[in-house]
Amino acid sequence: MQITVNTSACVGAGQCVMTAEDLFDQDDDGIVMLLDDSPDSSHEAGARRAASLCPARAIKVTD
Amino acid sequence: MSDATRIVIVGASVAGLTTAETLRAEGFTGSITLIGDEIHAPYGRPPLSKHVLTGEWSPDQASLSDPDELAALDLRLMQGARASSLDVAAHTVTVGDEVVRYDALVIATGVRARRMAGTRDLAGVHSLRTVDDVVALRTELGAAKHVAVVGAGVLGSEIAAAARKRGLDVTLVGRSSELRLGQVGTHLSSLIAALHRENGVDLRLGFDVTQVLGEGRVSAIVLSDGTVVPADVVVAAIGSLPATEWLNGSGLTLADGIVCDSNGLAAPDVYAIGDVARWRDDLTTAYTRAEHHLKATEQAQAVARLLVTGEESPAVVPFFWSELYGTKIQAYGRFPADEPLRTIAGEPGDGRFVAASVEDGRVVGVVGWNMPRDFRLARADMVASAAPALSSPITTDPIGARL
Repeated sequence: MQITVNTSACVGAGQCVMTAEDLFDQDDDGIVMLLDDSPDSSHEAGARRAASLCPARAIKVTD
Repeated sequence: MSDATRIVIVGASVAGLTTAETLRAEGFTGSITLIGDEIHAPYGRPPLSKHVLTGEWSPDQASLSDPDELAALDLRLMQGARASSLDVAAHTVTVGDEVVRYDALVIATGVRARRMAGTRDLAGVHSLRTVDDVVALRTELGAAKHVAVVGAGVLGSEIAAAARKRGLDVTLVGRSSELRLGQVGTHLSSLIAALHRENGVDLRLGFDVTQVLGEGRVSAIVLSDGTVVPADVVVAAIGSLPATEWLNGSGLTLADGIVCDSNGLAAPDVYAIGDVARWRDDLTTAYTRAEHHLKATEQAQAVARLLVTGEESPAVVPFFWSELYGTKIQAYGRFPADEPLRTIAGEPGDGRFVAASVEDGRVVGVVGWNMPRDFRLARADMVASAAPALSSPITTDPIGARL
């Protein structure tokens, strides 16, 4: 699984950190910071849920 | 529920598209028809009044999915197609000459912008709801000098901020004497007003627009105190109307939106989500409708899951964000009008803070002003029903009293 984030689209809502704090964090402006771009499959549900709740659709999860 | 094999979604914006995506993600293998009255592929509205209006983003960047992702959903996308009637008993929707049958129907037709009365034949008067609206407005702003924005809500504030960023003279007119910000209401009015003034907006609150002047093209607006405000372009952000005309006579309960139970059910096998839907809140027993992107997303996910798995989802808590002149404002929960906000981190005077709305000793809403991380922590505390445990305790003086 690969995760990519689009920091220029990010609106700093923090939904991803609320959903999967082991994969995502925010900088001081609230912009997403990806902590692990290829986590093991145990993180897949969290990653996909974070992507689905991102208001800016700034997170992509691919196989 | 799970025996539905033909799911029809009317409305192809974020709520409609998210329904289709969640149905597939949950394993639905039946047919999906997504009907949208615009010719554009599904796009998001929040960027329209922000980065697209300023010109920093192209309209394409508001798109919600790329062609490959859309193709992977294996759905029938009817674009430029307007549903004209619903027959609940027969389980059909009429779209142009076609009668589309459904086992389950999801209505996500959204709202349409309210137009300013008496301006139909006048060029230069705009509203902003669709990508076509923003493209037309951008083009005119490129040649304009003075813009009058009418509307004391968040859309009016965002349009005023975008026009200032483009270097135009901006007058922001509001009938209300206070500026509203989504579910936060007027609690932050004085701070938002200060932001506008610092950034050079001529703010005229508490006035009606009594006349729009111009021959063929707008030249000025007249306020209720007689002031004439010159304007090459007027943008009306004066509210919206749920797009439910096509449902008149369908038997659905329509009352400023489609009335639904707490799972979005409006009639047997008919659901409504997003801006057009008025869901029951089991906690407060109120039926509420709100025009928020994330609420539309979460309601879509809830209905799709219910259709595929039969499982109900927890109530959707309103979340809202805006950005004005680089100031990020985020709000989560409810903000009762008679409960003053209390700061729990930062200081309003420093331009960075998080504040809470407290009702009966419980935090029911948190709002962040240029403090996204602390806002998130306060939100997590609220969700965990914990008392706010940030750097400073809840102060007893409301924000408004300290300005």
